[in-house]
Amino acid sequence: MKINMFQRMIAGLMMSASLIAPTYAQDDLDNPAWFMVDDGMALWETPNGPNDVSLEECDLGLGAGVVEGAFAQLPRYFEDTNQVMDIEARILHCMETIQGRDLVDVLAKPYSNAGGPGTEMEALVAYVASESNGMELATPQDHPAEQAAYELGEQLFYFRAGPHDFSCATCHSQSNKRIRLTELANLTNDESGPVFGSWPAYRKTEGVVRTMGWRLQSCSRQQRLTQLQIGSEATTALEVFLAVNGAGAEITAPGYKR
Amino acid sequence: MAGKIRLRASLNGDVAEVKALMRHPMETGLRKGKDGNPIPAHHITEVKATVGDRTVMHAFWSGAVSQNPLIGFNVANVKEGDEIIVSYVDNKGETGEGSATIK
Repeated sequence: MKINMFQRMIAGLMMSASLIAPTYAQDDLDNPAWFMVDDGMALWETPNGPNDVSLEECDLGLGAGVVEGAFAQLPRYFEDTNQVMDIEARILHCMETIQGRDLVDVLAKPYSNAGGPGTEMEALVAYVASESNGMELATPQDHPAEQAAYELGEQLFYFRAGPHDFSCATCHSQSNKRIRLTELANLTNDESGPVFGSWPAYRKTEGVVRTMGWRLQSCSRQQRLTQLQIGSEATTALEVFLAVNGAGAEITAPGYKR
Repeated sequence: MAGKIRLRASLNGDVAEVKALMRHPMETGLRKGKDGNPIPAHHITEVKATVGDRTVMHAFWSGAVSQNPLIGFNVANVKEGDEIIVSYVDNKGETGEGSATIK
């Protein structure tokens, strides 16, 4: 009825119109995540914290201030912290060390509620990831710590626990399976690539941009496990496992999902 | 705060296919928040597209349109290089605007 009303209003203007529902895999413009990318870019460049500096000096692995392509090789080992860090852990690290911020506010609510306006972390991750859009996933496995992270991630992936005795592998170790109408990707092989490479993503059911860290946290909730913490060793290890399995896949971030 | 509209207009013959994505919460006013109180209505009421001084599309919306709405429409009698401007007004009087060059 709405479309009819709509068309009637414009009938005299020699044009037709329709309300178009976004579908999967449309081009960039149709994805509201790009609004968050704009927000993230502004946040990245805006001075903040007691030191009143921006995040532009943040080293995401390719040198201080290099954002383009940085997401494609995360998570990775960082010498300055002597640990493997994912995008969220690294952004938190930069907020703390470069901007001198107390992370209590950020950590209190790193991910927004459904329908919410989005958080600083979500915007920053969307921005950084978008700067690797179209590149290949190339998470390194050169450093022993990176290899150890992969092994830990593999262990966690197959680790059955909780009241339902669930592991990640329970749902994600076979190809061509679905839960209801949702495809369950096999994350133990290269099917993992397109999945990992399409986060962060705008979820139309929630109206917000979600990150891989949120995805894993939500999975652990569905498994009734202890909640995974943002940027934690366990979260990073699982991300290394997924990213390395999917190495070579094209990054399509920010994605657009159900 | 002026809202953002992402806009693209691609020409096919003398008809341009326009797609505009608006950033807006589109609250209906019928939902209740966690505290049980209704969330006040906040939605776009009017969308307008102009090419030069010609209004090519004028729509009146209700709260029944989705969050972050996407609208697509065709505009006839335009040529490459024309600028199309899409703007909205919501029920709080806030506005948003975006423009694109037809190509």
